[in-house]
Amino acid sequence: MTLKTNIRAMKKTLVLIAAAAGLTFAAQPALAAGEGHALRNGGFSFEGPFGSFDQGQLQRGYKVYREVCASCHSMNLMHFRTLAEPGGPFFSADQASPAENRWVKAIAKEAQIADIDTETGEPVMRDGTAADRFPSPYPNATAAAAANGGAAPPDLSVMAKARHGGANYIYSLLTGYAAAPQGLQIRPGQHYNMYMAGDLTPFMPEGAHVPPGGFIAMPSPLTAGQVTYDDESVASVDQMAKDVAAYIAWASDPRQVQRKQSGLGVLIFLFIFAGITYLSYRRIWKGVAH
Amino acid sequence: MSDHESTYVPKTGIEKWLDTRLPIVRFGADYLALPTPRNLNYWYTFGAILALCLVIQIATGIILAMHYVPNTEMAFASVERIMRDVNGGDLIRYTHANGASMFFIAVYLHMLRGLYYGSYKAPREMIWIVGCLIFFLMIATAFLGYVLPWGQMSYWGAEVITNLIGAIPVVGEPILIWLRGGPAIDNATLNRFFSLHYLLPFVIAGCVVLHLWALHTAGQNNPVGILIPKDRQAKDTVPFHPYYTVKDGFAIILFLILFAVFVFFMPNALGHADNYIPANPLVTPAHIVPEWYMLPFYAILRAIPDKFGGVMAMFGAIGVLFILPWLDTSKVRSMRYRPTMRTFFILFVIVGLILGWCGAQLPDAPVIGDFKTFILIDGDLNSYLWLTRFATAYYFAFFLIIMPLVGLRETPQTIPATISEPVLSGTEETKG
Repeated sequence: MTLKTNIRAMKKTLVLIAAAAGLTFAAQPALAAGEGHALRNGGFSFEGPFGSFDQGQLQRGYKVYREVCASCHSMNLMHFRTLAEPGGPFFSADQASPAENRWVKAIAKEAQIADIDTETGEPVMRDGTAADRFPSPYPNATAAAAANGGAAPPDLSVMAKARHGGANYIYSLLTGYAAAPQGLQIRPGQHYNMYMAGDLTPFMPEGAHVPPGGFIAMPSPLTAGQVTYDDESVASVDQMAKDVAAYIAWASDPRQVQRKQSGLGVLIFLFIFAGITYLSYRRIWKGVAH
Repeated sequence: MSDHESTYVPKTGIEKWLDTRLPIVRFGADYLALPTPRNLNYWYTFGAILALCLVIQIATGIILAMHYVPNTEMAFASVERIMRDVNGGDLIRYTHANGASMFFIAVYLHMLRGLYYGSYKAPREMIWIVGCLIFFLMIATAFLGYVLPWGQMSYWGAEVITNLIGAIPVVGEPILIWLRGGPAIDNATLNRFFSLHYLLPFVIAGCVVLHLWALHTAGQNNPVGILIPKDRQAKDTVPFHPYYTVKDGFAIILFLILFAVFVFFMPNALGHADNYIPANPLVTPAHIVPEWYMLPFYAILRAIPDKFGGVMAMFGAIGVLFILPWLDTSKVRSMRYRPTMRTFFILFVIVGLILGWCGAQLPDAPVIGDFKTFILIDGDLNSYLWLTRFATAYYFAFFLIIMPLVGLRETPQTIPATISEPVLSGTEETKG
């Protein structure tokens, strides 16, 4: 009976794990069609069950975002205070609270926030505070679309969750601009990117090999040395792309690393609990044929 | 089991007082003492697991509803706000979202167990039918809930599914408008979906009470599939507590390990990235795919070239489960003693997985390699369209043809006279 129950319990766990693996696999099948290249791997520190963010990389990534991306892309779900939450780019152990973080206060102060005067009700611009959201580069979606050839640049708040491949996708896309393949007809205001989703068949000469990738309205946003890093890192396109991808991955789910850490504790607890329950099960069923 | 005597004796004064007015303690005590077949295997633990899933969904859902804003302008941001600014909000939301998947893993295994051991056969038809009703309500609830974050898949999923109603001749169109609260999916739709998503879990909870009531009236089935004679009660059953509380408890913890792996380490693995793009009625996603647990039915829907026909087939695929007790002509409950039927059952499970796989593919895409064979009616034979059709045909044939015919024609193996017999002679080890 001992062996039998053991094998049964094991079988069930295996079935569940197999089912889970199958589901994960089955959940994303349809996406192969129309996708570009296999993504480049940024080797991010936050991947895997034990991974965590590299704070220096997040700070560099935030700088790239603010100096490059933020001129067209909003990040509407982000507050300045979020930058100093545990795991965030400007978290420091001695801060009283994220809103009291001195770097965050300084960064927020640089932003001009549209508000109304509390006395007169007149529209005014005031300095930002840690409680403010990141201001949008455009007054509204229509203005954003009008300034960008008819389509508003997407909000970047959850971008790593909104694309398959997450940070690796963003990293690949930002470094995926290449000279257009021969014969490709590019419409005005469009750019060829080998990682962009799409199907280029209609834009290639009949019978020609269809290259991977698709069209993107955003021109290649990064040039070497565009951002002056505050550490020793060299601001190559590759480095900036990697850093900003890491920053966006953090912003998309700021609690992911803390969650993984508590998850380890939860799993250890559950395994011990399972062991104890299994022993009580064995003890209660001892001598009972079943 | 139905007529087991109450062994509860009130001890304290308050228990005695209560027992003559509202015997709720007696009810609980009798429940725990319920004689339960001693040979239930781990496939029988999914009932308890499902009860837990329902509790988890309701508990996390109530908290989410405290923070969620059912407004097309604010719904998406409010869900993200829960995950960023509410204490523990990321865990609550991811538990709720992955909880739906876990709920469906458990319910599918629970139903397949019922199918394999013949748990739907007399006298347990009502347990099965109420169970099917719960399953149907679960699908409805999950669909409504998936719309609430108001991402691209939420919106376009709602568009596709509500449009199906419009396929019904004559009355379809007015019902569609009534259902959506207007000519298009909009704020009115989101609000009523939220309201119904909050309501249905409690209807499910009510049905669970009926499910258990029917279970305790007809008595629990077991892997051998025979009714336990009255004079064997003492030998063949054990009290539910502690024997099955501890066994179910162990299975629940194993299940929670799987659950935790998803919630803590890969919370978005079962979802679709497009649902993190706010809903945009002007941009259709490249592929509109439902959540994995609906894929088999979505595949059946798309297998039929006619829209209304597809809707009928999809609802028929669930509807046929309700009449299952009368489609099975076998005198033997458990497939453990029905080798022919067992083969068809295994094939059925495989076909179900194939249907799920097909539901996520483009119908025109080739199944094997990248070559064309020949056009059969309206599609290449080497396409998911035709694989889906063959699988759909088997799905219905399993219930409507195989089950009645095999029951009449097969020669089942000898069934043990008591459930103790296989237990004590050790045959169970080979039959698992």
